[in-house]
Amino acid sequence: MYKIAVLGDYDSIYGFAALGLDTYPVKNPEEAKETFLRLAEEKAGIIYITEACAAVLKHEIDRYKEQLVPAVIQIPGVNGNTGAGIDGVKKSVEQAVGSDILFGDN
Amino acid sequence: MASKQVTPTRMELTRLKKKLVTATRGHKLLKDKRDELMRQFLDLVRENMALREKVEAGIKAANRNFVIAKAGMSQAALRTALMAPKQAVDLSMTQKNVMSVDIPVFDTKTRTADANDIYSYGFAFTSSDLDGAVKSLADILPDMLKLAETEKACQLMAAEIEKTRRRVNALEHVIIPETQENIKYITMKLDENERSSQIRLMKVKDMMLEEAHHYKEREAY
Repeated sequence: MYKIAVLGDYDSIYGFAALGLDTYPVKNPEEAKETFLRLAEEKAGIIYITEACAAVLKHEIDRYKEQLVPAVIQIPGVNGNTGAGIDGVKKSVEQAVGSDILFGDN
Repeated sequence: MASKQVTPTRMELTRLKKKLVTATRGHKLLKDKRDELMRQFLDLVRENMALREKVEAGIKAANRNFVIAKAGMSQAALRTALMAPKQAVDLSMTQKNVMSVDIPVFDTKTRTADANDIYSYGFAFTSSDLDGAVKSLADILPDMLKLAETEKACQLMAAEIEKTRRRVNALEHVIIPETQENIKYITMKLDENERSSQIRLMKVKDMMLEEAHHYKEREAY
């Protein structure tokens, strides 16, 4: 049985608690890193992470990119969308094809 | 030139010919794998993008609702309301194999029978905006799970495609031409050796005939 974790600042993620997802509010980058690594070790199936939080954990997230679990999915935080999630999808296309042939125009 | 290290022997030639056949077959197979992976990847990534746009819009709307809900009640009341969730989501995962790439398939089960049983608080002390906010987030949850599945699959497939592409290129532009070059080099070297030994034999034969019959002395008379 896997967990679904939500990681980010409290204001962005507290609503997910009502749905039954495990929320892990963090305040600073060090705490975020520690929590993220612990979650990845504990075999969380999906980790939803706010874009702001993901930006400081880029290195750690990349390490788990080619593993089956956890699936690290960026979600926009309460402070708005930075476009990092969309960029992630474009990066995948770039990695696979060599250049972004699908979404280059938008 | 890569050919300087090969020893021009018949054994080496046979070995290289076998290697060329294997490399050519491997190249063809890997190319097919790459094409099929790419086809599936492009479908998947389009779906991924659509889902992501939908989820991001949904979360944005939900966040807006939550901010409004938060404005209408005290921080303490809000925290209390959401402190003990009623609902829990259990996630189980199976694997699906797509062209040798293992991709996850998530399956979720809610703890209570009714998936809409999401309100973990009595309605007396919370603002009605909170109900709407929680509902809007609950509505987006199935799409979020779907997004997790597709996005992870996309990442895994992208990595595999990159690896396969590199292998195809290495075979096509390095291994196969190099082997062909070496085979050519050995063939020519062997031919050259054969010619030189033939000439040597002819020369020896001339010398032996001269020894036996003394043609040159006879010509002198």
